[in-house]
Amino acid sequence: MKRTTIDLWVGLFVTAGLAALMVLALKVGNATTVSAADGYRVTAEFDNIGGLKPRAPVKSSGVVVGRVERIELDTRKFVARVTLRLDRRYDFPADSSASILTAGLLGEQYVGLEGGGDEKLLKDGDRVTITQGAMILERMIGRFLYGKAAEGPQPEK
Amino acid sequence: MSSEALVELDAVEFAYAQRPILKGVRMRFPRGSVVAIMGGSGCGKTTLLRLIGGQLRPSKGGVRVESQDVAGLSHGALYRLRRRMGMLFQFGALFTDLTVFDNVAFPLREHTSLSETMIRDLVLMKLQAVGLRGAAQLRPAELSGGMARRVALARAVALDPMLIMYDEPFTGLDPISLGVIANLIRRLNDALGATSVLVTHDVEASLRIVDYVYILDGGLIVAEGTPEQIRASAEPVVHQFVHGEADGPVGFHYPAAGLAQSFGMGERP
Amino acid sequence: MIGALDAGLRSLGARVVDGVWKLGCATRFTGTLLARSAPALRRPQLLLDQVHFTGVLSLIIIVVSGLFVGLVLGLQGYETLKRYGSAEALGTLVALALVRELGPVVAALLFASRAGSAITAKIGIMRSTEQLSAMEMMAVDPYSRVLAPIFWGGAISMPLLAAIFSACGVFGGYLIGVVVLGVDSGAFWSQMQAAVDVWDDVGNGVIKSVVFGVAVTLIALFEGWDAPPTAEGVSYAVTRTVVTSALAVLALDFVLTSFMFTGV
Repeated sequence: MKRTTIDLWVGLFVTAGLAALMVLALKVGNATTVSAADGYRVTAEFDNIGGLKPRAPVKSSGVVVGRVERIELDTRKFVARVTLRLDRRYDFPADSSASILTAGLLGEQYVGLEGGGDEKLLKDGDRVTITQGAMILERMIGRFLYGKAAEGPQPEK
Repeated sequence: MSSEALVELDAVEFAYAQRPILKGVRMRFPRGSVVAIMGGSGCGKTTLLRLIGGQLRPSKGGVRVESQDVAGLSHGALYRLRRRMGMLFQFGALFTDLTVFDNVAFPLREHTSLSETMIRDLVLMKLQAVGLRGAAQLRPAELSGGMARRVALARAVALDPMLIMYDEPFTGLDPISLGVIANLIRRLNDALGATSVLVTHDVEASLRIVDYVYILDGGLIVAEGTPEQIRASAEPVVHQFVHGEADGPVGFHYPAAGLAQSFGMGERP
Repeated sequence: MIGALDAGLRSLGARVVDGVWKLGCATRFTGTLLARSAPALRRPQLLLDQVHFTGVLSLIIIVVSGLFVGLVLGLQGYETLKRYGSAEALGTLVALALVRELGPVVAALLFASRAGSAITAKIGIMRSTEQLSAMEMMAVDPYSRVLAPIFWGGAISMPLLAAIFSACGVFGGYLIGVVVLGVDSGAFWSQMQAAVDVWDDVGNGVIKSVVFGVAVTLIALFEGWDAPPTAEGVSYAVTRTVVTSALAVLALDFVLTSFMFTGV
C-alpha cells in the first residue's frame, strides 16, 4: 500500500474515533447541561435525604436547573447538609423551598425547588430554609397503621 | 600477517546457562584481511560473531574492536561502533515488509540525513555491486535464497563498514550462487578496504578466498593457518575437516551414554 | 502415592517460579520499552504506520460487531423492559451497557484477537528470522524502531476503536428500538441523555479503554518478543496473547469498575 493511502486511512480512522467520542459525549451523554464552572452554590438542610446521591438533578417545575454537588452530615444538629449548584441563568427568591422527590414510583431521587414570593434573591453561599426531607416508605406505612389503630374502635360503635 | 589487528579475542570463554560453548579462544583479525572461522555445526561459530557485535557478553576474557572492549561499552557507544560494522545473517534476515530497495536504504535512512535522491543513487550503486539493480522493486519473498543473501550483503555494506561479518554465507546455495557470493565477499572487502570475518563450514569455497583460517572444535581452536598451511596440514582434525570424513577426532555422535546401556543390554542391577 | 504428590507439587512449584520469572521479564521489558520510546515519538510517520496496523485494520470487525451488539441489546432489552411498561428506558439501557462495559471490554477482546495476535506474530517472526537481530547489528535499536511505535500506536487506537464500537452499538440499539420496534424516538434519546453522564460514564469508559489498549498491546509485544524462534513457538505465543489478553482485560475491568462505579 502506498504511503499516501495509509495516511488517508489513518486520518479517516482518527476522525471517526473522535467523532464517535463526540457523539457519546453530546448525543448520548449530557454534556450540554449545567457545566461545572458555571453556577452558584446554595445549601439546604434536610432531616432525611433518603436515597439522594451527588450529581442528582435539581428541578424546578420539572426543568433541570442544577445538580447536587455535595452531601454531608451536620453532626451538631444531626441533619443532612446538601450543597446544590444552580445554573446562573435561573434566579430564585430567598424564601424558595426545597424538597426531596422521587421520579416515578421507583425512580431516582432529585431535589425539587419551588419559588417563593420574596423580593430578595438567593445568592452564592445562601441557605434554603424551608425544606422537606424524603418520604420514607416504612415511616409512612407505620404512621398509616398507627392512625388506623388509633381510630380502629370507632366504626364499631 | 600484518601487525595491526582490528579485532582481537583474548582468552574468550562463553557459556549458555551451564553449557560451555567457548573455552578460551584467542584470535586476531588484521585490518584488510578476510578470515574464516570453521568448525562443525553448533561449535560456537555464530556465538563468536555475536560476541564481536556486542549482542552477547563473554563470561571471561575480552573482545576488543579497535582496541575498545566491546563488553564494557555503554549502550550509546556500542551502537556507534555497530554503525561501522556490517553483518550478513545466515538467511539474509531481510525485512519482509520492505522492498529490496527499501531494505538496502534502511541503514542509510536511519543513520544519515541524506536526501532521497542521494539515497537512491547509493542504493542502486550497492545493488549494482551485487548484480541486483534490476530487482530493486521486488519483495524479499520473491527472491531466491542466493539473491536474498546478495541483497542482505548490499544492505550490510550500505554504510561502508570497516568490519563485515558473515554468518554461514554459503549454506544452502547452488554451486553458481556459491561462487558468486564467495567472489563478492573478497571483492567487496578489497574495494572497501574493510576487514571480513567469515563463519562457515564450507571448506572449499572459503579456502579459495580467505587469508587466514581458524578451525574450532569443542570450544577450542584446534588448528589455524593460511589456506596453504591448512591444505597441507597433516593433523588428523584438519585432515578430517578438509576432506569431509564422517568420523575421526571430531566425533560423529553427540555425547551419550554407552550404546549397550541405552538399548538395555548392559549389566542389569 | 507420595511420589505422585511430590511430583505434582514439584511441577506446581516450577510453574509458579516460571510465572514469577516471566512476570519479572515482562516488567523489565516494559521498562526498557518506555525508556526507549522517545526516539519513536519524535517520528510521527512510524506512529502513523502502527495506528494503521493496529487501528485501521481492526476497524471493520469493530464496526460490524458494535452494530450487532447494539441490535441484540436493543432486542433483548426491549423484550424485558416492555414487561414493566418502560420500553422508553431502552436508550438508557443500551447506552449505559455499551459506554460503561461492553464498549471498552468487547472492543478490547476484539482488539486482542485482531491486532494483538497480529502484533505477536509479526514480532515473533521478525525475531525468529533474525530481522530484529539484524536491525540491532545495523545499530538500529529494535525497541525504539519497532516495538515502541507499535505500543503507542496500539495505545492510541484502542480508545478510538472502543468509542467507535459504542457509537455503532448505540446506533444499532436505535435502529432496532426506534425504527423497527417503534419506541418513541424523543423518549429514547432524552432518557439516555438524562442517565448517561459525560464524565462518570463516557469518561470512565474512555479510561478503561486506554488501560485495556495498553495492557493488550504490551502483552502482545512481550509474547512476540519472548516467543521461541520456531514455528510452534510463535503459534503458541499467538494463542497465549489472545488468552492472556482476554483474562487481563476482564480482570482489569473488574478492578477498574470497582474503583469507578461503586465509590459514590
